[in-house]
Amino acid sequence: MHLSSKHLLGIRDLHREDITLILDTARQFKDVLQRPIKKVPSLRDVTIVNLFYENSTRTRISFELAEKRLSADTINFSASGSSVSKGETLLDTVNNILSMKVDMVVMRHSATGAPHFLAQHIPAAIVNAGDGINEHPTQALLDALSISERLGGLEGKKVAIIGDIMHSRVALSNIYLLKKMGAEVTLAGPPTLIPKYIRESFGVNVTYNVREALEWCDVANVLRIQLERQNQVLFSSLREYNHAYGISKKLLDSLDKEILIMHPGPINRGVELDSDVADSGQSIILDQVENGVAVRMAVLYLLSGRKESTS
Amino acid sequence: MEKLKGVNTIMEEDQLKLTLKRLSHELIENHYPFDNTCFIGIQPRGIPVSDFIVQYMQSLHPECKFPYGKLDITFYRDDFRGQIHIPNITDLPFSIEGKKVVLIDDVLYTGRTIRAAMDALLDHGRAGKVELCILVDRKFSRELPIQPDYVGKSIDSIVTQKVKVIWGNEKKVVLYEGIS
Repeated sequence: MHLSSKHLLGIRDLHREDITLILDTARQFKDVLQRPIKKVPSLRDVTIVNLFYENSTRTRISFELAEKRLSADTINFSASGSSVSKGETLLDTVNNILSMKVDMVVMRHSATGAPHFLAQHIPAAIVNAGDGINEHPTQALLDALSISERLGGLEGKKVAIIGDIMHSRVALSNIYLLKKMGAEVTLAGPPTLIPKYIRESFGVNVTYNVREALEWCDVANVLRIQLERQNQVLFSSLREYNHAYGISKKLLDSLDKEILIMHPGPINRGVELDSDVADSGQSIILDQVENGVAVRMAVLYLLSGRKESTS
Repeated sequence: MEKLKGVNTIMEEDQLKLTLKRLSHELIENHYPFDNTCFIGIQPRGIPVSDFIVQYMQSLHPECKFPYGKLDITFYRDDFRGQIHIPNITDLPFSIEGKKVVLIDDVLYTGRTIRAAMDALLDHGRAGKVELCILVDRKFSRELPIQPDYVGKSIDSIVTQKVKVIWGNEKKVVLYEGIS
């Protein structure tokens, strides 16, 4: 029993069985993480490089913890302060690292498709930790684990994804995953931040009214406005965005049911999510972070089983 | 079950039950009144054995408490690269700190499973003493220096053979030619 793919480049390439296998394995790792000794020796003969070409707090710490909990050897690389600034190419950098006998690459890059490019040129297993505006598969997996823990499954559950859909790799990975697992998805946000034809391409619902989405859903996954990826004016101001599309306690309390609030982080408090919502009992944001380690352990564990010699 | 070549039944149901009961009595002899003892079955195939033994001991000594857990060793295996094993549930609803632990499994062959089980056990605490109870011991095939304390039946077998305990309607232990 193993994953159908040698790499984890995106949820798009996974089958439903792969997703189930990862989530089931993650539940067992979550159990390991509750023990006094939170470490297992599974990957003690594996070396992993964390290749981060883009800033990250949660994903990077979470991957590093997952690797350490599996007893893998880890090296960390960030583009700033490396020879990347001297003009070394991505492939050269990675090949140099791999020649030091590294088995797996965890990679974040601001360019869409960077891990897919690498996968064609290097023998090591690659885990995509976010590539541009394409995919962030482990985030979607940990979101799925968090939802199914609270709601007892994904099939038939109603998930609203709210905010900057256009620039969000979290949104895309979540859409792929939720649709594969039989959940219903509604996207909500300003028209300028929701791609055209996404309704037809993915079989999701689209609304420009956040209240409507909240009234419909069981879970709302709220996304950050990715200002760093926006090179044109897509809405008038953050304050106005908050008024029209932000989620306030008042709005949540006016619904006739209690929905769960998720956010992949980092939160811009007072923009997409008000502070009292982020810290309320309905928020499962910190569950998501906790589940992140277990999910990443599961992914690394399952991919390491298909290790091929890199020498 | 799949078609097996050269199947030899080495224990019929009657004998299997008798042996399990004998093992239970040996455990009672050494551990009564079970004040400081716990029983741990190894996932997945040790569980039917440990279920039977613990239930039988409980029926003989309803006044005693039998702390009983299940241990999954998937993450501790040294051979998982070839084939990924799906983890089972580890359920240890008690502390093993300072306890006498009896590990229970169905077949002892190379000893690697037990090695992994002891590693897994140590991560849950420092047991006072660890004993090993085995239904079928395949002698002369050990790859590690591990010996059982309680043995249901010792058999001679060669590497190409496999031993399987079947817990269907008809319970039995069979020896057959493995396809490898």
